[in-house]
Amino acid sequence: MAEFLLSISAPAWLAYSVAALIQCALLLAVALGSAAISIWLERKVSARIQDRLGPTRVGGRFGWLQPPADGLKLLCKEDIIPAAADGPLFRLAPYISFCTAFCVFLALPFANNWVALRLNVGVFFILAVSGLEVFGVILGGYASGSKWSLYGAMREAAQVVSYEVPMALCVVVPVLIVGSMDLVEIGNHQAGWFWHWHVFHDPFTFATFWIYMTCAVASTNRAPFDLAEAESELVAGFLTEYSGFRWVVFFMAEYPAMFLVSGLASVLFLGGWNGPIPIASLLHLTPAVHPLAGWIGNLLGMCNFIAKGVLGITCMIWLRWTLPRLRIDQVMTTCLKYCVPLASAMLAGVMLWMYLLPGGVWTQAEQLWSPSTVNAATAVRREQAPGPPRPAEKQAHHEPEPMDVVWTR
Amino acid sequence: MDAVNWHTIFFWLFAMLACGFAVGVVVTNNIVRMACCLVASLGAVAGLFFLAGTEFVGAVQLMVYVGGTMVLLVFGVMLTARGPFVSMQTGGGQWILATIIGGALLAVLLQAAFSVPQWMAPKPLVPQAAPAPTAATLGLALMGVRVDKLERPDPVLRKGMSGYLLAFEIISVHLVVVLVGAAYLARAKRALGPRPIGLGGRSAPPLGAAQK
Repeated sequence: MAEFLLSISAPAWLAYSVAALIQCALLLAVALGSAAISIWLERKVSARIQDRLGPTRVGGRFGWLQPPADGLKLLCKEDIIPAAADGPLFRLAPYISFCTAFCVFLALPFANNWVALRLNVGVFFILAVSGLEVFGVILGGYASGSKWSLYGAMREAAQVVSYEVPMALCVVVPVLIVGSMDLVEIGNHQAGWFWHWHVFHDPFTFATFWIYMTCAVASTNRAPFDLAEAESELVAGFLTEYSGFRWVVFFMAEYPAMFLVSGLASVLFLGGWNGPIPIASLLHLTPAVHPLAGWIGNLLGMCNFIAKGVLGITCMIWLRWTLPRLRIDQVMTTCLKYCVPLASAMLAGVMLWMYLLPGGVWTQAEQLWSPSTVNAATAVRREQAPGPPRPAEKQAHHEPEPMDVVWTR
Repeated sequence: MDAVNWHTIFFWLFAMLACGFAVGVVVTNNIVRMACCLVASLGAVAGLFFLAGTEFVGAVQLMVYVGGTMVLLVFGVMLTARGPFVSMQTGGGQWILATIIGGALLAVLLQAAFSVPQWMAPKPLVPQAAPAPTAATLGLALMGVRVDKLERPDPVLRKGMSGYLLAFEIISVHLVVVLVGAAYLARAKRALGPRPIGLGGRSAPPLGAAQK
């Protein structure tokens, strides 16, 4: 972007400022657009599950304009700050939640190399920043000066801190397979048909995907894990004292976070922008043919990615209106007694699989069917398989060299 | 106007934020506000790391320090507080002691910073193609393999690259011990005395039984 503006002889400071502004605006559009679409989807899906119709009249047949109408209604409400509240912190808390939810989108790739900030440690950055979102909730709960809010905040803190552990363990699995924390690289590793997706890489990754989704739902604080705002016990948890615009801001943090965890699941496990059918490469829409063709291919990939993100949100909404809320001890048991040991076992399983049978189920099946014509790429991969050297290799190197030089060969 | 150096502007922005919130930590009385200032200050330092192009260190800063302070805030302040909003009064002696220690540290750091000759004079801005930093080198070094040292031309210097495996393992074991200790301290106290029969009250099987 900046390079393009420089090429039409714009001054450097203007070029960089405009490029930065456009990227910020695009990301803000994604964050707020995902919130608007999710709110509409939530109303419609929940209505259908409960055998209702949901919004039907606001803005045409399907109630398209319901989210703006909701927003307008909430903006007109009175903004209340309780007398017992800690004013500045109470005002600050929603914006912390929203800013962190927005910052995470910096590192999320939408198509091959279409990412605001391509980080070498993209996954780690996303985990680190999305873990801070809970700070706003805790601060809001504490600063409200209400026991319901404080209880909600404490539950949220305990839940998020616990679920970060299995979630990180699940995220390590695709990183282990690809050998990189760069999200673009992880997405490109799954190019091709849907059986190249990491979720179908081997049985362990398949199980890991479901553990990841469980933890993702818990980390976005959605039902059946919405203990922090359990309305039947805690009025509305940390949201009890919030009203009007500040309340909206909390929800503008929650819905983008849902899109984020679905998008992360899609990049890590479901191929990201690489569809079930590789339309772009079948139609030769690659940058090698023509830059514009590559651009159109990327656009298709982005639609694919967003579709997967929306599908993930739909599944979360479906879960919310299907399952009853867990008790707090059940939430902790689910995390510490089931998710953490299962995720650790899956991580160990994937390590073993990558050591013994590198390349996933599909590559193995390919070799079984035609063992004579072993794919050249597979052979190369097998030689470069990570792990300690095999005994034969160790014996081959008897030069008086330090051990680790041998390792890096 | 062509010489707007965004890098410098953002450096000053993050540096001022870090310093300003650090002062805020000192002058505030309310513990939760203090912790918030600390979080903001540490976050600004993470921003400085990102500005320097060291994304891994920046993300670690966010995860360990900012996230850690948050947990400290929750479990240290909210669970132990007796009143709704705790405020802390510091006596004169504590102020003097803190000033002496802080001033000494600042003096050492300033002396070290100004003794680096490269930082004395402003350098002309030279765009240099830095190699894309990857976290893989760092990860291998933690596992005991210093790949970065392989490029040393001098074979004598190439030796002694044992990496950081020992330190890494010691820290890992230490953290496991801390975790186990915390879990032991936090679990519900069981009544001492004879356990009911049939509920896991049997003693461990003798050593010979396992070998059969």
